[in-house]
Amino acid sequence: MDLTWTEAEEAFRQEARAWLEANVPKEPLGSGDTREGFARHVAWEKALFEGRWAVVSWPKEYGGREASLIEWLIFEEEYYRAGAPQRVTQNGIFLLAPSIFEFGTQAQKDRILPQMAAAEVLWAQGWSEPGAGSDLANVRSVAARDDEAGGWRLTGQKTWCTRGAFCDAVYGLFRTDPESARHRGLTYFLVPMDTPGVQVRGFDRLDGDEGFAEVFFEDAFVPDSAVLGEVGQGWRVAMSTASSERGLNLRSPGRFLATASRLVRLYRERLDGQDPAVRRKVLQGWMDAQAYQFYTYRTATRLMRREAIGSESSLTKVFWSEMDLTMHEAAMELLGPLAELDEGSPSAPEDAAWLKGFQFALAGPIYAGTNEIQRNIIAERILGLPRGPRPERKKKGG
Amino acid sequence: MHYAFTEDQLMFRDAVRSALEREVTPERLRARWESEDTAADEAALWETLAGLGLLGMMAPTARGGLGMSLLDVTLLLEETGRVALPAPLVATSVMAAPLLAEVPEAAERWLKPLIGGDAIVAVGLASGSPWVADADRAAVALLEADGALHAVPRDALELTPEVSVDRSRRLFRVGWTPTEATRIADGEEARRLTAAAFNRGLVATSAQLIGLSRRMLEVTVAYASERTQFSRPIGSFQAVKHHLADALIRQEFAAPVVHRAAHSLSRPGADPETLDAHASHAFIAASEAARLVARKALQCHGAMGYSYEVDLHLWMKRAWALSASWGSPGWHLDRVEALALRDP
Repeated sequence: MDLTWTEAEEAFRQEARAWLEANVPKEPLGSGDTREGFARHVAWEKALFEGRWAVVSWPKEYGGREASLIEWLIFEEEYYRAGAPQRVTQNGIFLLAPSIFEFGTQAQKDRILPQMAAAEVLWAQGWSEPGAGSDLANVRSVAARDDEAGGWRLTGQKTWCTRGAFCDAVYGLFRTDPESARHRGLTYFLVPMDTPGVQVRGFDRLDGDEGFAEVFFEDAFVPDSAVLGEVGQGWRVAMSTASSERGLNLRSPGRFLATASRLVRLYRERLDGQDPAVRRKVLQGWMDAQAYQFYTYRTATRLMRREAIGSESSLTKVFWSEMDLTMHEAAMELLGPLAELDEGSPSAPEDAAWLKGFQFALAGPIYAGTNEIQRNIIAERILGLPRGPRPERKKKGG
Repeated sequence: MHYAFTEDQLMFRDAVRSALEREVTPERLRARWESEDTAADEAALWETLAGLGLLGMMAPTARGGLGMSLLDVTLLLEETGRVALPAPLVATSVMAAPLLAEVPEAAERWLKPLIGGDAIVAVGLASGSPWVADADRAAVALLEADGALHAVPRDALELTPEVSVDRSRRLFRVGWTPTEATRIADGEEARRLTAAAFNRGLVATSAQLIGLSRRMLEVTVAYASERTQFSRPIGSFQAVKHHLADALIRQEFAAPVVHRAAHSLSRPGADPETLDAHASHAFIAASEAARLVARKALQCHGAMGYSYEVDLHLWMKRAWALSASWGSPGWHLDRVEALALRDP
């Protein structure tokens, strides 16, 4: 065990730091979850790509640097330390791409990955449906075979698609076997938003930004090349990468270390007259961010040694989402009356960055599988507790 | 950056685990709790620990020890926590041995018997607990007075027993008089030696608390998988699952912080404020995890766990006792805060 940085790692860090210091926009770009802000963020993503920092861990042929997982963690630490913008490419680069690397055909890789890295095609996730949130296997959207045209006809509705109204394409699960139930008979599709029969409608999140969208499919035709992995194996394709890098990629420690540092600064500035209990919350956040950091170094070491991490991503998801909320709650408390002031209010500190962050942190325990679902997974798959009752299999004609 | 224990460290851990599982059973622990005279059993266990090489694990090789760092022995300490080892291993082998090694006269006098199992060394530092564990069995006690460090022989100690909630811990209030003859270090050297010994003990105890957490969680998972109510194992109920998931999360995110602290304390170069903060962070994380696991374990055991005859309380009370014996939570938080406020 050596928890210090090698010369090569330190050099990588310095290179990233220097580039970020020279290139991170001096003025905040505003929320990337609004149409105008999104466009500014896409421009930033293109600059990142030009600097070869958009997809550091990817192969060089797709615009990456073939950075190790540890180097990727270093880049993330530097990225958030520099106060760089939110990544609006996140749902493509971190959630879709690992599945494409594992299950995609060569043609799919060559077609999709370079455009994704260059922020020319922005991807939205289409996991949830009105009746399939935490119960993701309850997918009702269907894909009907069209042998004549050599493809599939999609019908159904996806919802809560992050930044979906501004994206160019969406990925999600559709039921290709109409007789199937639950996890079986699902297929993973990659669908351009401009496909005839696809309609997108943005809607506002809790904070008022148009960060959500619902996507309607009405007999929308896609060719066979829109299928990722095998037909009927969609669940496996969607879930398999959860136990590899994707468990790390969703939210790396760098983001929370930066939040913890900002929180300590706020605490230092606003120490007078505070409830002593807030000290505990601030320091808890600061300590937990480091706990997550070192936990993740261990996970990265294991993954680099080709060990599987199984369901541990459920542990980390609960931990970081609750840590993030604790830190933002502490900030709200420290801000006192300023905590009320929203974006555009002349006296709002940092244009209400903490308030925005607080509202986003509230989503953490909900998205990517609610923390209740994660706790069930932890209990059953890590601790090995007996499974609870499961929904009954759909009876034919029932 | 490379966060993995070595094959050697893991093999030593496995060997110690199987020996301790065989030797330190809950029945033996319970006998310790309930017997009037435990001296013979204490001596036998101490001899076992000497045989495993644990007593001299951190003593220099030139003195007959194994010369291991705190990082090297962290996993071994987790194992001693797992079985709630009723012996002053942390005081004697983790705190005292490396300290004595730095004071030539004391090293000459005490290290050989310490490593061989002939001399228990008790430790009572001003920033820790006011009670000294196992002082009656110790050949010598390391104690602080007016910024100086003293090695006080057993016959110069006046002992008043206290009663710990963990009956296998033998606590004493210690009366003694510092003299020229007992002083082994003073001034800056005493400050440095005691600070290092304290932090080593703190992180070693944190590792034991991780081991205790793991044990309590394991027995609770086993119990919840077997115990049936409403015609189902209670572990299949979400309410029970979520208790135990929360316990596991706190435990799993405490362990890396303990390993980080052991790593920091095992390397030259870190400044004292950083070492203090890392050690206290480890202790806060590990003691809070252990107390949370204990509570969740008790809750999931129901009235069964509340019964004295069920083993759970043996580990739970050890967790309480260790959590209480290293100074106040606020003091540890102060040490963390000092480093946090340096965060740029």
